[in-house]
Amino acid sequence: MLKFLKLTATICAMSVPIYADTANLGRLATNAEVNAWNIDVRPDGLGLPVGSGSVAEGEEIFVEKCAACHGDFGEAVDRWPVLAGGQGTLTDDRPVKTVGSYWPYLSTVYDYVYRAMPFGDAQSLSPDEVYALVAYILYVNDTVDDEEFILSNTNFLDMPQENSEGFFMDDRAMVEYPIFTREVCMSNCKQTAEVILRAAVIDVTPEETAAKAIEAKTKSEIEINLDNELIVEPNIEILNQELVTAGAKVFKKCKACHKVGEKAKNGTGPLLNEIYLADGAQVEKFKYSRALRSASENGLVWDDVTLRAFLTKPKKFLKGTKMSFSGLKKDKDLDAIIEFLKFYSQ
Amino acid sequence: MSKKNSRRQFLKAGIAVSTGLAASNAVADDDPLITQKQTWNQELGSGVDERPYGMPSPFEVDVKRRSVPWLTADPVSSINFTPLHELDGIITPNGLCFERHHGGVAEYDPSYHRLMINGLVDKELVFTMEDIMRFPRENRTYFLECAANSGMEWRGSQLNGCQFTHGMIHNVMYTGVPLRSLLEEAGIKSNGKWLLAEGADASGMTRSIPMEKALDDCLVAFKMNGESLRPEQGYPLRLVVPGWEGNMWIKWLRRIEVGDQPWHHREETSKYTDLLEDGRARRFTWVMDAKSVITNPSPQAPILHSKGPTILSGVAWSGRGTIPRVDVTIDGGKNWNMARMSGPSFDKSMHRFYYEFDWNGSDLLVQSRAHDSTGYVQPTKDELRSIRGENSIYHNNGIQTWHINAKGVAENVEIS
Repeated sequence: MLKFLKLTATICAMSVPIYADTANLGRLATNAEVNAWNIDVRPDGLGLPVGSGSVAEGEEIFVEKCAACHGDFGEAVDRWPVLAGGQGTLTDDRPVKTVGSYWPYLSTVYDYVYRAMPFGDAQSLSPDEVYALVAYILYVNDTVDDEEFILSNTNFLDMPQENSEGFFMDDRAMVEYPIFTREVCMSNCKQTAEVILRAAVIDVTPEETAAKAIEAKTKSEIEINLDNELIVEPNIEILNQELVTAGAKVFKKCKACHKVGEKAKNGTGPLLNEIYLADGAQVEKFKYSRALRSASENGLVWDDVTLRAFLTKPKKFLKGTKMSFSGLKKDKDLDAIIEFLKFYSQ
Repeated sequence: MSKKNSRRQFLKAGIAVSTGLAASNAVADDDPLITQKQTWNQELGSGVDERPYGMPSPFEVDVKRRSVPWLTADPVSSINFTPLHELDGIITPNGLCFERHHGGVAEYDPSYHRLMINGLVDKELVFTMEDIMRFPRENRTYFLECAANSGMEWRGSQLNGCQFTHGMIHNVMYTGVPLRSLLEEAGIKSNGKWLLAEGADASGMTRSIPMEKALDDCLVAFKMNGESLRPEQGYPLRLVVPGWEGNMWIKWLRRIEVGDQPWHHREETSKYTDLLEDGRARRFTWVMDAKSVITNPSPQAPILHSKGPTILSGVAWSGRGTIPRVDVTIDGGKNWNMARMSGPSFDKSMHRFYYEFDWNGSDLLVQSRAHDSTGYVQPTKDELRSIRGENSIYHNNGIQTWHINAKGVAENVEIS
């Protein structure tokens, strides 16, 4: 601490000029501090560190650190961003906007990958690793075709981006503002007004809200009008959030063998997504015990009753099950875990 | 006296559509809530300090932010929505302000926070929160709208509820230091034309901001509605960029770099650019155009009473100024009525409007149309599509229609 104060004092004494009209609040940043935070990169190359990396090196890092979300070739998993392809689709009905098809500057890729990736471990990559990853992204976008290609701070600005000319400064002030700055009609403005599109046809509103709409209607003693096209799933059950949260804790007992959630796969035990109201042995590619397979064939469905019975004493409920678990003794744990499994079955 | 006035105003509004409004009040049996003593009339309630930080009544449990899980890949980089249909007036309570994070909520001790100003300045400086709070501060109320608000509606009605269609907005009174004061402290070099604002969270959010705006009305804010920023709003420090798209309001603001040109970072190239029909895209579309929405009735807030006196209410805002006027139609745009504005009218802030009418119990097609103080009038969605095509995601400020059926149930629709 003393050292620190001393250092600051020296810097101040040496270099602070008197600024008459400022508050003299704050202190001078040291070079090391500016260097630590000044990580941004610009299209003209300002901020690019010295370094290099090859496509092949990039591929290795990508598969290890990026592919879980972006796919092995930048094609993306689920709703994670697509990084490659889509060239020539910008005028399509469903354009695919990727680094290759849309991003105007390669510097943006370098800047972003270093500052924010890998997701959850930001700013952990070395300059060489970032160059290698950017090289790999160029490769999967067919900008370069040689796995031995090396991207570095010296050839970085030579890399072409297909859509570099695709952007222009906001022109709403010229193109839209004059049109929409106008007198308006107040009466007898049109003859007809017919409904041409309705949200209920698509029905992508979160369920809780749809359920609430029904509740609201019940409250006002309104019958559900079948003509109004409000498509609502019949089995909506409003989950108790507290129980779901408690269930997540109980699930720790199960976690060693079972997985839930988006990226979950079968482990020692089957994946438990969509288990509620499913057949006894329904998870694909899981090798169930003979006992469970035959129970399933005989109509076992995992509902409140069967789940509760099974999880209370697995071996008693299903003689011959492979599940080596003694069971949950407390009712509140059973309530919670069932609610938790319902949550992952929505 | 004031009661009398508002009653008269209401009658005036009602008379236009109906006569005999005050014909007779209903007669009912004795109400036990009145004729019998209730527990809360007799038993003592909890004392002071039972709730050192007060929370809403348990009966308000439905008043909360909600998300649309299918929109994003992961809740850590996602968005939820302000329950506009549950709110009134113009201020959004802190706990209901929608959240948009790109790397989750950064939570850390404010004494660990630093704000650096570097680049084309005379002095590269570092401020602590203590330093920042020694600059003269200002209080100003602004809306913050995500550029993607209503983005899911570009191709047609999708989500049933103004929380989902319009809830990427909140309106808050900020306390903060003008960004200009901090920049002047550092001294901007003559070629310093742009700023890069950067956040301290795991997304390291960055946006380029033109110097003119920075010196005009931007704030570096530490309070919202009187109390410290909430963690999800960038505690302890966020940038306020009045009237401009929410993504620029960098949370956990840790650095301002001064430069001579923009940085073209991810959130101003890959995202927050507007792809038009010809395959070219607008960039730096900062200003939020004038917009309004009817919050009640709406799909999450159906009309629960029978025909008769009915309150229609909504909010309007513009990134260019104030909202002196909102028009409302209940017949799908055949006829329009000027709504009644109520509450303070601040520059680049949300405005509240009401239209009181006598509902005759038949179907309604309700819309609102905002006029801002520069004369710009909120366009229809089709007018926007005719200029921009359907591949835009951001800046959808088109007029919203709700269909209200005879039962009072509302649905998100588009009309001819």
